[in-house]
Amino acid sequence: MTAVLDAPTGSPVQLLTVHLRVKRYNPETDKRPHWQEFEVTAEPTDRVLDALHTAKWTIDGTLTFRRSCAHGVCGSDAMVINGANGLACTMLIQDVGTSISLEPIRGLPVIKDLVVDMEPFFAQYRSVLPYLINSDDPGYKERYQSPEDRERFDDTTKCILCACCTTSCPVYWGNSEYVGPAAIVNAHRFIFDSRDQAAEQRLDILNQRSGVWRCRTAFNCSECCPRGIKVTQAIEEVKRAILYDRV
Amino acid sequence: MNVHSHSYDAVIIGAGGAGLRAAIEVAGKCRTAVITKLYPTRSHTGAAQGGMCAALANVEDDSWEWHLFDTIKGGDYLVDQPAAEIMCRGAIDAVIELEHYGLPFNRTPDGKIDQRRFGGHTRNHGEAPVRRACYSADRTGHMILQTLFQQCVARGVTFFNEYQVLDIAFEEGALGEKRVAAVVAYELATGDIHVFQTKACLFATGGFGKMFKVSSNAHTLTGDGPGLLYRRGVPLQDMEMFQFHPTGIYKLGILISEAARGEGGILRNAGMERFMERYAPTVKDLAPRDMVSRAIQTEINEGRGAGPNKDAVWLDLTHLPPEQIDAKLPDVTEFIRTYQGVEPKKEPSLIQPTAHYAMGGIPTNTDGEVVVDDTGTRKVLGLYAAGECACVSVHGANRLGTNSLLDIVVFGKRGGAAMAQYVATADMPPPETVRGVEEPVREQVSRLLSASGGEKVGDIRSRLQEEMQAKASVFRTGDSLRSCLATVRDLRQAYEKIAIDDKGSVFNYDLSEAMELGYLLDLAEALVVSGEARTESRGAHSRDDFPERDDANWMKHTLAYRGPDGEVTLSYKPVIGGAYQPMERKY
Repeated sequence: MTAVLDAPTGSPVQLLTVHLRVKRYNPETDKRPHWQEFEVTAEPTDRVLDALHTAKWTIDGTLTFRRSCAHGVCGSDAMVINGANGLACTMLIQDVGTSISLEPIRGLPVIKDLVVDMEPFFAQYRSVLPYLINSDDPGYKERYQSPEDRERFDDTTKCILCACCTTSCPVYWGNSEYVGPAAIVNAHRFIFDSRDQAAEQRLDILNQRSGVWRCRTAFNCSECCPRGIKVTQAIEEVKRAILYDRV
Repeated sequence: MNVHSHSYDAVIIGAGGAGLRAAIEVAGKCRTAVITKLYPTRSHTGAAQGGMCAALANVEDDSWEWHLFDTIKGGDYLVDQPAAEIMCRGAIDAVIELEHYGLPFNRTPDGKIDQRRFGGHTRNHGEAPVRRACYSADRTGHMILQTLFQQCVARGVTFFNEYQVLDIAFEEGALGEKRVAAVVAYELATGDIHVFQTKACLFATGGFGKMFKVSSNAHTLTGDGPGLLYRRGVPLQDMEMFQFHPTGIYKLGILISEAARGEGGILRNAGMERFMERYAPTVKDLAPRDMVSRAIQTEINEGRGAGPNKDAVWLDLTHLPPEQIDAKLPDVTEFIRTYQGVEPKKEPSLIQPTAHYAMGGIPTNTDGEVVVDDTGTRKVLGLYAAGECACVSVHGANRLGTNSLLDIVVFGKRGGAAMAQYVATADMPPPETVRGVEEPVREQVSRLLSASGGEKVGDIRSRLQEEMQAKASVFRTGDSLRSCLATVRDLRQAYEKIAIDDKGSVFNYDLSEAMELGYLLDLAEALVVSGEARTESRGAHSRDDFPERDDANWMKHTLAYRGPDGEVTLSYKPVIGGAYQPMERKY
């Protein structure tokens, strides 16, 4: 390229006043949750997580939430942001507005503020045999897999186990026995992997009362997945695999 | 504060790639606990993007010996060559093993693991870039982390999630020799203290990039493992060698993989010149990270920087076919869209060097055993380390891209194997060596909860990050480092006067962050003192006042020990050489 591109020009940084409304609960002092407001300053391109950090680091250190990577790959900071599930680190102030309500994700027991008990979620994940099962000895070489076979399960390999999908599901809110979208996504990742030999076992697990048939295709899961996984489609593919006995 | 007691043959601290790979190795061989302050899948291995190099030669001629040469040259000859040989030879088996574990690599049309180019990886000793990086789109680290976690689930590995390890206790023998007796952890959910009596432990706690302002690291990467061992007398090796990755998203530091350049992306200055042609005529944009970061900083310093404040450069992907971007770089281009509001298929995006990786850390031998003296032979029995928190040293003064994922699987496995073997013959430390070992942690927690000083954790951390960024990053001088050291010492004084808001015991992240800041301050001091003493430029350590590499005086590793009053004492040990003699580093 020889031509000089039109370089985007910078504009002076604009500061916004952001109103955070956080649903808070401290098990050591509170009988029930309550809302608290924080007013913080942020740039339009700041993340919701940045605003939360400003509140915690400059106003009230007791404000409690999980976070780690801060760019949408670790899945720690799933929360209900203005009524919908998402990661606080992938949502920018300019996109969600300056009046932001934050609640813990629903369907899992709240421990403190925005921190919920993740153990039931991981137990459901473990219940679908989320690992490659293949009893053939591949020898000291790689197994081959065609790009088409690899593509078959690509979408569901992206899951970061943030629980946005599962805790956005109305069925899950009402019935915590339901294995939930995230566990099905992780089953799908192996059921449709040409190298795996345990699809039948997983389909049996997901054919039980707590399995895929609880799904009422509300699509909340697909809409909120921060990784853009077509969660409902994955669930439908698993249902079809059970019905037609093939993957 | 309740105290709980546990007893395990082995304890692994940290559940990223190195910790999980070690756990797989010891699973079934001895009773093992894996302790992590996060959930395993939240570990920062999951943020690694571009790939993992291994000379599979699936797509073009390659050999592990070329990989070894590149690693040593890339590390500016501070690499211990026998360790690097183990890693580069072992890379091939490591990739095949991950494939067997189910890792979904991208594939060639004939079904083999696909490979692509990466910075500093070359054909036949520097002739041209070579396709060596095995990858899974631009989420290779995510796939490695998930796959290793899946294998741990399959093996029923015992995890203690959201437990922050804060101390280690040793049993001292008659001759002053030490062996591991226990680790002490703080349970975030309850505020309780847990004592894990154990024969051995392996630290795999990752890096400490959060001491810099612009960093690709997670908030939780605060060097807890190296920090607590340093306080217990273990030296830290080559702390001055801290890598700045050339392409972090402007101001945020979020990583944009070198794979963006491996796929053909080009760096341009304000005048849209492809400036890397001037710095590395042969491999251009695919020069090693230290050189590219210096080139970017030089462009900025000489007035050719781009962006509103002329303190960045452009990463240009606009000439790449859109379908190639979607298939090979989906995540990083999405990061650019999300955080910069730019469509990378149509416009270049602003990037700047970002604090990325600690080449230095806990000194180990090639079996992951921690070695604490300047001959590299005296061990602490039962103490192991692997991954970014360790220093083997396979990365020397500058790590090549992809070699960190390789490091964690190769040395996580070797460390785990060595630990399992040691545990099989070692006795459990007697109960009296474990009695009362929780007291220092109990005191530390009580002190922080009751402290009423006027200093805030967030303020001190910001000042540390700004100071380290300004004075101890891509370019340094003796003056900048001495000035930085004075500030760090002031901040350590201020840290003694902090108070936290949260006095509770349930998920007290206020307390947790205060403890993390303590480690960052200690490690920053070790880094700055080590860097001030090294009067040469080598790899990531670039001194304006000593611009040349000085092989006559500095072919040696720095060891920083913490003295009784917290001061840093330096010692050195020789680099372990091999077939490759130091030569001028041109690309």
